[in-house]
Amino acid sequence: MFSRAYRAAVSLPPLLWVAIFLLVPYALLFSYSFWSVSPAQIIVHSWTLDNYLELVRVNVYAQTLFRSMWIAARVMIFSLLLGYPLAYFLSFCAGQRKDLLYQLVIIPLWVSYLVRAYAWKTILGSDGVLNTLLQYVHLTKHPLEFLLYSPFAVVLTLTHIYTPFTILPIYASLEHIPRNLVEASHDLGASPLQTFWRVIFPLSIPGVLAGATFAFVLSLGDFLAPLLLGGPSGIMISNVVVSLFGAAYNWPLGAAISLCMLALVLGLLFVSENLEKKWSFR
Amino acid sequence: MEFPVSRDGTVHTSRWLPWHALAVFAFLYLPIVTLIVYSFNGPGVGGFPPRNLTLDWYRVLFADDAIWTSVLNSLLVAFAAMAISLAFGIPAALALDRANFPGKALFRRLVLLPLILPGIITGLSLLMLFREGGVKLSLLTIVLGHGTALISVATTEVFAGLQKLDRAQEEASLDLGANYWQTFWRVTIPNLRLSIIGAALLIFTLSMDEIAVSFFLIGRDNTLPLEIWGRLRRGITPEINAISTIIFLFSLIAIVAWYRMRMSTEGKAEIAAELVP
Repeated sequence: MFSRAYRAAVSLPPLLWVAIFLLVPYALLFSYSFWSVSPAQIIVHSWTLDNYLELVRVNVYAQTLFRSMWIAARVMIFSLLLGYPLAYFLSFCAGQRKDLLYQLVIIPLWVSYLVRAYAWKTILGSDGVLNTLLQYVHLTKHPLEFLLYSPFAVVLTLTHIYTPFTILPIYASLEHIPRNLVEASHDLGASPLQTFWRVIFPLSIPGVLAGATFAFVLSLGDFLAPLLLGGPSGIMISNVVVSLFGAAYNWPLGAAISLCMLALVLGLLFVSENLEKKWSFR
Repeated sequence: MEFPVSRDGTVHTSRWLPWHALAVFAFLYLPIVTLIVYSFNGPGVGGFPPRNLTLDWYRVLFADDAIWTSVLNSLLVAFAAMAISLAFGIPAALALDRANFPGKALFRRLVLLPLILPGIITGLSLLMLFREGGVKLSLLTIVLGHGTALISVATTEVFAGLQKLDRAQEEASLDLGANYWQTFWRVTIPNLRLSIIGAALLIFTLSMDEIAVSFFLIGRDNTLPLEIWGRLRRGITPEINAISTIIFLFSLIAIVAWYRMRMSTEGKAEIAAELVP
């Protein structure tokens, strides 16, 4: 039904744009990671493996990457623990209030990421809202210093930011479960708990995977929350990249780290996509 | 854990689920409420309880030219990014729906990638492009960055809209002698109206809020998030609470309007499904 000219007209402009502004930049990221910086701070366009050798040789890069993965893993787990029961509640128990509650999940997503991170900073600081509240009700005498500038603050903030991201796909997958399956399970004598673990939960796995991937990948690459709330012990891998592209001026090494991160993320996306397909019932 | 199911297949609320829901909502809204409350707090941010409620911080804010310049810059960037994302995202969705070409699978993945990749990777790789191409960093480079990253949003929204579109209408238009151009503007686009408006609103808000990509592509002029970022590094001021409160109110109006519009024509399950990556 659509002519060759039509198909060319809709395909070519986006193809060109994507080639110039996505494909070429990713290729550049790849090339940069094999280049180097001369002592005079000029980027040398000759190929070398030095950046990758540096990453293997100096422990701090691997340590920071693992710390970031551990932070991202905690964010993912907490988001799922908070998000899954809420999505379940919305889908199965909320009744008339479903619409309203669903909107309440979405609204925080529209509040600026930066502003929410900033709000946590004003809550957790040593003369912040939480510490002054605790002293006001005489629960503590001195401000709790561990609240801000710690991995705890980063995990808390990122969990706050990514919990709605996990709720939405889980909710969508729960909504797609035919209710007569739940009924059938009950009629065949399964207990509510059996129905949940053997019917509802398996059918919601694609949503869980999508939400988990979202939370893990996006928190893994975050650099603003650690800068704002993390302190020295909350530094993440992207902070290292930012400093290599800024004051430390070693773009090629920064590119090598970014490329490792990109490979890790793409690998995770690949795995989660395949698992989703495996668990998908449609 | 207990999830009691009644005879008719609906599930009744167990005792702890509503409390859990309440706690999660409290967690999600606590920072937002704090932010708003302390924009009216006389002594500044922090300290409990809030006291000397005042509008002073809003007065300071309205006299602060640097912030309003950055708001204007952000609006400019958001509108331009929206234009780019729609101009390329709508054809991209049509191409994915209707054309076959070598590398289509790769193209689809590339378009959607910025949606799931951490912003730092998109920002850095574009920074390298501009550096190698000798392009000076400015608001224009931010526009190109946002426009490119948000094509993904336009494409997913419009592609979802196309799946529900009845092709017979377009066929009829073509049979009745309209050319492709006329059919596109008079049949295809009006039918995709809701998806396009939804995408436009989403792109606009995401661009207004974007910081990870902008962080690397910024020239001399700040966008609002970068202006806020710069101030945060120097210390906390309730002015930031005040501007955030105002922006929050605008977003709230936008999202409620959008949601009402969608709800009047479609079910909520579809809307939720589209937000799944």
